[in-house]
Amino acid sequence: MIDWTWLGGHLDAIAFRTWQHVYLAGLGVAIGFAISFVLALVAARYRILYPPISALAGFLFTIPSLALFAALISITGFSVVTAEVPLVMYTLVILIRNIVAGLDGVPTDVVEAADGMGLSRRQRLWRVELPLALPLIVAGLRLATVSTIGLVTITGTISDAFGGLGYFILDGYHRGNFLTEMYAGAVPSILLALGADFLFVRLQRRITPWTRARAIEATT
Amino acid sequence: MNLVTQTVAWLTNPAQWAGQSGIPNRLLEHVLIASISLAVALLLALPAGLAIGHTGRGAGVAAGIANLGRSLPSLAVIAIAIPVTVLVDPVLGGTVLPTLVAMVVLAIPPILVNAYTGIAEVDRDLVEAGRGMGMRERQILVGIELPVALPVVLGGVRSAAVQIVATATLGAIFGSGGLGRFIVDGLAQNDDGQVWGGVVLVAGLAIATEVAVGLLERLTQSPGLRSPGLRAVPEPAASSPMRGA
Repeated sequence: MIDWTWLGGHLDAIAFRTWQHVYLAGLGVAIGFAISFVLALVAARYRILYPPISALAGFLFTIPSLALFAALISITGFSVVTAEVPLVMYTLVILIRNIVAGLDGVPTDVVEAADGMGLSRRQRLWRVELPLALPLIVAGLRLATVSTIGLVTITGTISDAFGGLGYFILDGYHRGNFLTEMYAGAVPSILLALGADFLFVRLQRRITPWTRARAIEATT
Repeated sequence: MNLVTQTVAWLTNPAQWAGQSGIPNRLLEHVLIASISLAVALLLALPAGLAIGHTGRGAGVAAGIANLGRSLPSLAVIAIAIPVTVLVDPVLGGTVLPTLVAMVVLAIPPILVNAYTGIAEVDRDLVEAGRGMGMRERQILVGIELPVALPVVLGGVRSAAVQIVATATLGAIFGSGGLGRFIVDGLAQNDDGQVWGGVVLVAGLAIATEVAVGLLERLTQSPGLRSPGLRAVPEPAASSPMRGA
């Protein structure tokens, strides 16, 4: 059932697409985090802005990805922008809500103690609130990364130049259900998602050993 | 001709509103496969989630399954399913069946997780009161826990439904019907009006689904818990939705 000759002859292509997959996903999560971080800090400071920001991010999240990629083609063409804009947009709701929830979860006593010690607002944020919010921020990054890795496969609908490992799924299908190629895309893309998930769990434990009890698992 | 006029022209063309590949029929196909897969996913995940939430047993296993399910790229699930579904039905197995499999697989995690966290978070005093009144376990689950947890349970159904609508769109790539056809065909034919017409319809359906289940969530919230500040079951802190399609 598996065409080993094809597989042997395409190891370079698989390696390239794997790298492309990681690159497209990494870029999306990085830009998404930068935007979310700023928006979350603004929302945490000016509380009234949180509902509209969260609602807008949630609204964007509802739109099916194929629709978003396709819609952007006629605006930004077959460029990397068309691939990245939806990837970034889908991370926003996850990251913003987790960062804000993390900051909200900081106990009032701790905030008051920081104030009592004479920390400025900025010092309190960076030295007290953000470190305590870290478990939820990392939990958000974990969800966003895994979800983005899945979505990268769909960027293959923009053009053959994108898609990461999803390219093989679509190309194999268009060759008349060429299973070897489809599996060469499907299996590594699943492994990539699971691998990223595993790495984030390790990271979570490493940087926040006190949360070893699986507090976050229960609420996701 | 710009994008807006092209899209409006496509959407208002009477030819688009009739026949097998018309908008009403495609919408019907989309809603139909989405409903079937949501029903199957509910049947599989809801009883399990409620039982886990009530007994507290198996939560770790369920979290593991849900986490695995959420990690799967939807396109990969469709691809993996094809060889199996082709054995079931040579024709449908290459088109609509693998998409259906993916829709069910991806809908299970949010339903399962929200069902068991919703039930598990119900105030234990309420449950003990029920037990003290001589209610059976089943009566406690149906009469106390489920009504209180219903908004949270439905929150999972909402995530699942929106996810399903998105995955059904993806199915069009693999030759199944639904509104995604307009996007896939429009891209293949370089027809911007058709692509954007499809985008408007698909996005509209997804948002309508979200709003409809969201409304149901609000309606099912017990009046006693409805006043702000008294919500017994706030949305879990990290209940972030996941997107696979």
